[in-house]
Amino acid sequence: MTDLKRLVMRFFLPILVVLPLLVPLAPTAAQDTTHRGVTIGLTYDPTSRPGLAVLPVTGSAGDSIRAILQRDFDYSDRFTIVPLDAADPSSFRGTTPGAELNYPLFTRLGAAAVVQATVGDGSLHVALHDVGKGAVINVQDFPLAGRANTRDWRLSVHGASDEVERWITGLKGIAQTRVAFVVGPRVHVLDSDGADDEVTSVTGTPMSPSWNAAGSQLAYSTFGTSSRIMILDLRTGKSRVLHNATPIHANLTPVFSPDGLSIVYSHADDEGSDLFVVPTDDGSPARRISVGRGTDNVQPSFSPDGRRLAFTSGRVGHPEVYIMDADGTNAELLTSFDFGDKNYRSDPDWSPDGRLIAFQSQFADGRFQIMTISLRDRSTKLLTSEGSNEQPSWAPDGRHLVFASTRGGGRELWVLDTESGRLRQLSRAPGAQLPAWSPRLGSSASTSAASRQ
Amino acid sequence: MTAHHRAAGRSIPAVLLASAILLGACSHKKPETAPAPAPTPVSTVDSAAIRDSIARAQAARDAALARQRAYDDSVRRANEAAASAGEQSGLRNTVTAVIHFDFDKSELRDDARATLDAKIPVLMANPDVTIRVAGHTDERGSVEYNIALGQRRAASAKRYLTERGVTANRIETVSFGEGRPVADGHDEGAWAQNRRAEFEITAGGNRLNKPGA
Repeated sequence: MTDLKRLVMRFFLPILVVLPLLVPLAPTAAQDTTHRGVTIGLTYDPTSRPGLAVLPVTGSAGDSIRAILQRDFDYSDRFTIVPLDAADPSSFRGTTPGAELNYPLFTRLGAAAVVQATVGDGSLHVALHDVGKGAVINVQDFPLAGRANTRDWRLSVHGASDEVERWITGLKGIAQTRVAFVVGPRVHVLDSDGADDEVTSVTGTPMSPSWNAAGSQLAYSTFGTSSRIMILDLRTGKSRVLHNATPIHANLTPVFSPDGLSIVYSHADDEGSDLFVVPTDDGSPARRISVGRGTDNVQPSFSPDGRRLAFTSGRVGHPEVYIMDADGTNAELLTSFDFGDKNYRSDPDWSPDGRLIAFQSQFADGRFQIMTISLRDRSTKLLTSEGSNEQPSWAPDGRHLVFASTRGGGRELWVLDTESGRLRQLSRAPGAQLPAWSPRLGSSASTSAASRQ
Repeated sequence: MTAHHRAAGRSIPAVLLASAILLGACSHKKPETAPAPAPTPVSTVDSAAIRDSIARAQAARDAALARQRAYDDSVRRANEAAASAGEQSGLRNTVTAVIHFDFDKSELRDDARATLDAKIPVLMANPDVTIRVAGHTDERGSVEYNIALGQRRAASAKRYLTERGVTANRIETVSFGEGRPVADGHDEGAWAQNRRAEFEITAGGNRLNKPGA
C-alpha cells in the first residue's frame, strides 16, 4: 500500500464507520439545499478529500486535456483540486537531485498527489506523484482516440482520469460513462461531465432508454398506437424491433439482464400490466414473470447479480416498490413505510453494489423526492428536497445518482453525490427526463480502434 | 342552415321568371280590351288567338307552380338534411364523449358510467362501427407508470362496454400516459381535465343509425 492510499484510508475509514450513526433511520428533513458543505445526514468536510494538482499538460491540445482531467477529478467528489494558476510553472520542477518535482511546494499548496501528463504520439503519458513519498508511484500511456476534442477522444481522456482515480483510491472513477435520457421525442446521450450531448437516431416516439452491460446498446420502448420494444446498436446507429416482445398494446420500461441475454419489460393490455422476460436474440416468445392480476407492474431493475428484480406495482391500490426473484417468485413489498401522507413510490433503481435501491416518493406537497432504501435493514434516506426530483439512476460507482429535477426552474438532469450531498446540473436540455447512467464504457463504446491498456 | 340558404338563393330567379311569364301572358290579352276595330266581320282567327294566349298563360302558370313546388321540396329536403346532420353529429358526439377519472384511479366514476351508458345503444345500433379508446393521465406521478395507468383506464372503459353487449373486437385500446394533455395548467383544474379516456370512431362511422330506428 502506498503512502497515498494510507492517507486516503485514514481520511475515509473514520467517515465510513461514523456514517451509519449519523444517518437516521427515519427520513430526515432534506438538507441538500441548506448551504454548501452540510448535507444529507453527514458532515461534508471538503478537507477530507485529498488535494490533487494537475500540472499543465504539455503537447497538442494539452489545455483541453488538463481541463478535462481537472473537471473529472472534481466531479468524482473524492478530491480537492489544488489550483496552480497563481504559482509560477518554473517552480514546479524539482531542484534537489533525483526529485522530478518540487514536492515541498506541492505540500505547501495542499496537494497530496500531482498528476503529470504529456501528449505523445497518439497517446497520453500520465505519471502520478505521491507528494508525501516524494516519488512517482504510477505511470501509464493511454491511447487517444481520433482527433483532439472529438467525442471519442474526450472519452479516452476520461479513461485516463478514471484510472488515475483507481491508483489513488483503489476505486475506478466514473468519468468514462455517459447518460442516456429523453427530451420530447428524442433520445440523447451525453458524457458524464455534461459535454457532447448527442441526439441518437431512434424510430417512433421513444421512452425509457436503458443500457446493456457492455454499454454498446440501448433498449427503449416506443409510445402510442404502435408501442414496441426496440434495441439500438450505438456503434451502427441502427434500431431493431424486438419482434418476439408482445406486439399489441403498450410495451414499456425494458431493461437488459446483466448477462445481456434477455430483456425484462412491462406489457400493458386490457388485463393490466405485467413484467415479461424475452431473449434478446433467439426469437423465443416472451414469458410473463409477474402476477399482477389486473394491476400495473412496471419499471423492472435488476440486482447486480441478475438474480432479483425490483419493480413498481399498483397491486395494493397504489404504486409501491417491490422486489422478487428474477423468475417472478417470492415477490415482497419493499417500501412498506408510511413516509408521508401520499402513497406513491416508484421508479426503483438497484445500486451497482447491490446494497440500496433508489426510488421516488411523493410527499404531502404533492412533489416527489429521491430516497434510498437499504436491502439489509430497510432503513431509508431522503436525498432531495428542492423542487420535484424523480427518476433516479445510479452511476457505476454506486455513489452518484442522476435524476430529473425541477430545482432550476424547468426540468433538467442533475447529479448528486450521495456521500457528500454535492449537486451539479448535468444537462442543458429543457424537459430532459428518464435518465439512465451507462456502465463504465472503456474503449468498447468508442468507434475508434483505440484500446485501453 | 347552409342547405336552406342555398335553396332560398335558387328560388329567387325561379319566382322572377314565373312573374315575367305571367306579365307576358297579360300583354297578350291586350287585344281583348282594345277599342273595337272597324265593323268588319269578326274573325274566327282572332278568337282562336285569344284561346291560344289563354292556354299559354295557363301553361306558364302551371310551370311556375311546378317550380314553386320544386323549390318547396328542396327547402323541405334541406331542412330534413340539416336535421339529420344534427342527428348525426349528436350520435357521433355520444360515441366520442370523453370520460374522466380520479387521481391514480382507473375505476369508473358515476358520471363516466352515465356517459358510457349513452354510448351503448348507439354502438349496438351500428354494428359496423369500431372505436379506439385512448387512456390519458395528468402530469403527476411516474411518467412510465402513467403509461400503464392510461392503458388500464382505456381497458376499464372497454370492459364496461363489452360487459353490456358491445363486441370486444370492435374496441381497440391505447395509452398516451401523460404525453397528450388537453389542458396545459399545473393545477387540479387542468389535471382533472387531463385524467381521461377519449373515444375515436376508427371505421364505419360515415352514417350512424339512430338507436331503435
